[in-house]
Amino acid sequence: MTEIGLGHYLTLGAVIFTIGVIGIFLNRKNIIVILMSIELILLAVNINLVSFSIYLNDLSGQVFTLFILTVAAAEAAIGLAIIVVYYRNSGTIRVEEIDELKG
Amino acid sequence: MIAHAIFFYIFSIIAIVSAIMVTASKNTVHSVFFLILDFISISCLFIMIGAEFLGMIMLIVYVGAVAVLFLFVVMMLNVAQQKNQWFLSKTSSRHIPIGLIISSIIFFELIIVVGGWKYKPDLINSSNTSLNNEISNTHSLGQVLYTDYIHIFQISGMILLIAMIGAIVLTFRQREGVKKQSYIKQISRERSEGVEVIEVASNKGVRIDD
Repeated sequence: MTEIGLGHYLTLGAVIFTIGVIGIFLNRKNIIVILMSIELILLAVNINLVSFSIYLNDLSGQVFTLFILTVAAAEAAIGLAIIVVYYRNSGTIRVEEIDELKG
Repeated sequence: MIAHAIFFYIFSIIAIVSAIMVTASKNTVHSVFFLILDFISISCLFIMIGAEFLGMIMLIVYVGAVAVLFLFVVMMLNVAQQKNQWFLSKTSSRHIPIGLIISSIIFFELIIVVGGWKYKPDLINSSNTSLNNEISNTHSLGQVLYTDYIHIFQISGMILLIAMIGAIVLTFRQREGVKKQSYIKQISRERSEGVEVIEVASNKGVRIDD
């Protein structure tokens, strides 16, 4: 228990990833919470990459974490812009009321 | 080593609880606050494990930019008052059992992979970008980032530029009834269309409307 290894960090990443997936599936609120769940999933991926990088003594994981960070920031900006435009057009961003595609 | 374990458990428990609160909290503003707490505890874990540069970058990028962007949009769209229950209507609650089942399957698959994971002992020496303990983390990251990964680095810069342009184009809106300056029109104005000399007869006055 006291020896923290790679498995501990991977388990933490798995738990946070699953919480993010649950947040996407069970969301009954607005879309912004879904975007935040996507950020949680990317965070879990970052945890995995960094812990592999440290414990396998390889720097590539940290470099790729940097790139994932970039893509996550770009995705958050674009997603929030789309949400703002949708709210301006339809007046709501509740998940239940967005049923234009009748899915 | 004991201190490492204690700090790991503290930070990871805070991270997991705040991740749960991000999805479960009824107020969206509270969700954003818990997201900030989550990022901060994970970046503390990164700093503790030895990836200081990434931990600091996480603090700057996520807490300083992304979370504030979320907060800004939440407050601008006025959805904080949209308090809502999880089980609102009969039709929407049909997703919940299947979603829970699929999430638990994903979780157990990940746990199985973590538990049964092994790597070859010669894998550690196979990479050409191994960690060097003599120079700092930032130094070694910079050494590979600007040499081996320079093209990906440039492409990520392009991605950020395109995201910026895309966000501006998406939210840009041409408003009606706004008076704008037209430089071309102002510069190309001639004297003849601006001023006119009129001969005024005495005791008659002048009619401008003609």
